[in-house]
Amino acid sequence: MVSGHLACPGCGAAIAMRFLLKGLNEKAVVALPACCWSIIAGPFPYSALRVPILHTAFETGGAVASGIRAALDARGETETQVVTWAGDGGTFDIGLQALSGAAERNEDLLYVCYDNEAYMNTGVQASGATPPGAWTTTTPTGSPKRTRKKDIMQILAAHRIPYAATASIAYPEDLVRKVQKAVALHGTKFLHIYATCPTGWKVASEVSVRLARLAVQTRIFPLYEVEDGERYTINLEPVGYLVDAYFEAQGRFRHLGREDLDRIQGQVDRDWDRLKALARLG
Amino acid sequence: MRRVLEGSHAVSCAVDLARVQVISAYPITPQTHIVERLAELVADGVLDAKYVRVESEHSALAAVIGAASAGARTFTASSSHGLALMHEMLHWAAGARLPVVMAEVNRALGPGWNIWADQTDSLAQRDTGWMQVYCEDVQEVLDSILLAYKLAEQVSLPMMVALDAFFLSHTYEPVDVPDQQAVDAFLPPWTPTEILDTRDPRAFHQLASPDYYMEFRYKMQQAMEEALRLYPALDAEYGGRFGRSYPMVQLVPFREGARAPLALVTTGSVTGTARVAQEELGRRGTPVDLVKLRLFRPFPQAEVRRVLEPYERVAVIDRNLSFGYGGIFAQEIQAALARLERRPAVYPFVAGLGGRDITPQTISAVVERSLGEAPPEDLLWAGLKE
Repeated sequence: MVSGHLACPGCGAAIAMRFLLKGLNEKAVVALPACCWSIIAGPFPYSALRVPILHTAFETGGAVASGIRAALDARGETETQVVTWAGDGGTFDIGLQALSGAAERNEDLLYVCYDNEAYMNTGVQASGATPPGAWTTTTPTGSPKRTRKKDIMQILAAHRIPYAATASIAYPEDLVRKVQKAVALHGTKFLHIYATCPTGWKVASEVSVRLARLAVQTRIFPLYEVEDGERYTINLEPVGYLVDAYFEAQGRFRHLGREDLDRIQGQVDRDWDRLKALARLG
Repeated sequence: MRRVLEGSHAVSCAVDLARVQVISAYPITPQTHIVERLAELVADGVLDAKYVRVESEHSALAAVIGAASAGARTFTASSSHGLALMHEMLHWAAGARLPVVMAEVNRALGPGWNIWADQTDSLAQRDTGWMQVYCEDVQEVLDSILLAYKLAEQVSLPMMVALDAFFLSHTYEPVDVPDQQAVDAFLPPWTPTEILDTRDPRAFHQLASPDYYMEFRYKMQQAMEEALRLYPALDAEYGGRFGRSYPMVQLVPFREGARAPLALVTTGSVTGTARVAQEELGRRGTPVDLVKLRLFRPFPQAEVRRVLEPYERVAVIDRNLSFGYGGIFAQEIQAALARLERRPAVYPFVAGLGGRDITPQTISAVVERSLGEAPPEDLLWAGLKE
């Protein structure tokens, strides 16, 4: 990654890409379906990345990567890692079918979703990754999102792929380690990276990383791994702050009242207990 | 070697001969026999290729785009709703300048569900930047796949080989299958330089601002024009090597050296029926010349003009319909003839939609109406139950 990319100040997705590239071997090819990074990477004839990138249509992350993999294998370049780098819209929503297809075939590729919890490149519209209570331009404050965030990790785990993990821009060592672990494995690997969007979340650009850390510390976004869809490992046991601190910091949740926060706290606690139970099953 | 092959298997056979490296496809009737046979060839180790078994037609073309971008010769096949689902990626493959080849089995779109022959599916993809060719018989299907790879790789545009559902895809005919060495000599390995390569990392197909986008499109149009220029020599080379030639527009006069009062234009498998009808009509004292239009994109405008200009009347049979206008081939032919000072009267017939049989009797009726009636204001229907 070189200077001159087009990310907004404090962009979590730019930070996430830096850490992904630190974890990858030199031989990697990146498939990039429509997302913020379609812009961040730079317009023709420039590129802010020193890896080959194939920009592609929104819903094709899993399929295009499968094709690249097949061609590289046909050429005998089996050591080159094929990576899909997609946002939450391209992963949770429009790209889910192609991702599921690739995971079912257990294609040898690393699929990375940087999750900023809405369609940020088109101007903050709700996605399947948008959390309950959040304001977006398609879930305005008079009618904020009522449903839960789609559990993408459970969906991928249900495919029984060799490796799925969450990661956060606030825990770079953990993130890089997970990239390295993923590329050493054969088959479909999924990495779900929590990446703050100061613009869409209505926060100051300098709090990006602190907010991402709060998401982990409040157990809103726990760090864990799932191997073969069965073995859960929690990577970090947070102290477990109340969710209030996380929500109060963001403009997109400003309209939430005590009752909303209590309900969300209840959901977070239940999810955490469930995750711990899964981890105990080993 | 002479073999009896089903139309679908002629496609698979040609794909094998072309030494395709990556195949990706999703099943849709009546395309399935093509990809089943390819799966067998790959599984049996006859064809050394990767077969990516995707979850939708959209992904089939996306996978092939990924593979071609990494330098592999690729193939997919589709039909009807599958092709419609691929629409977005058809644009992408062409814009990315990838020489993907697809067999497209012409089938009607629903509702109501209809699995039979109709060209509206592929003609609706007219403006995606794909080259398109329409085949008359099983031999032409096989040969067209090989020609398609050569042409697509020369001009860096994808190409669709269209064959009518069941009339060709499920019909067995004796076919001359070229031997591998001869095909290798005609179609050497594809060796692109602009590919995903870790030794020379580049970005492909990123944001193209108004400063660049239009020139990309200009170059695609130039590539289409180049394909039109290259086609005759390519066809001649194929003819020289394999003994069969497929002009983009073929005139079949009723009598050599004479000109009939009417030229009947057909595409696809209807041409075979029209050859029979031409003989029958001749015996009854109604000579008609037959014009087989094979290449649709790039459209051979000058050739269409040259062949059709001398006629008083031209009847076109379209097994397709652009709603609110008429048959698509007739529309393009009329546009091609528009600039002529003295132009033939065009009789645009729509027939055989959704697999309704276009019989020699249907064709005779088309010819007789065109000879007996004043030029129409609108499209004409043939074989419609009124």
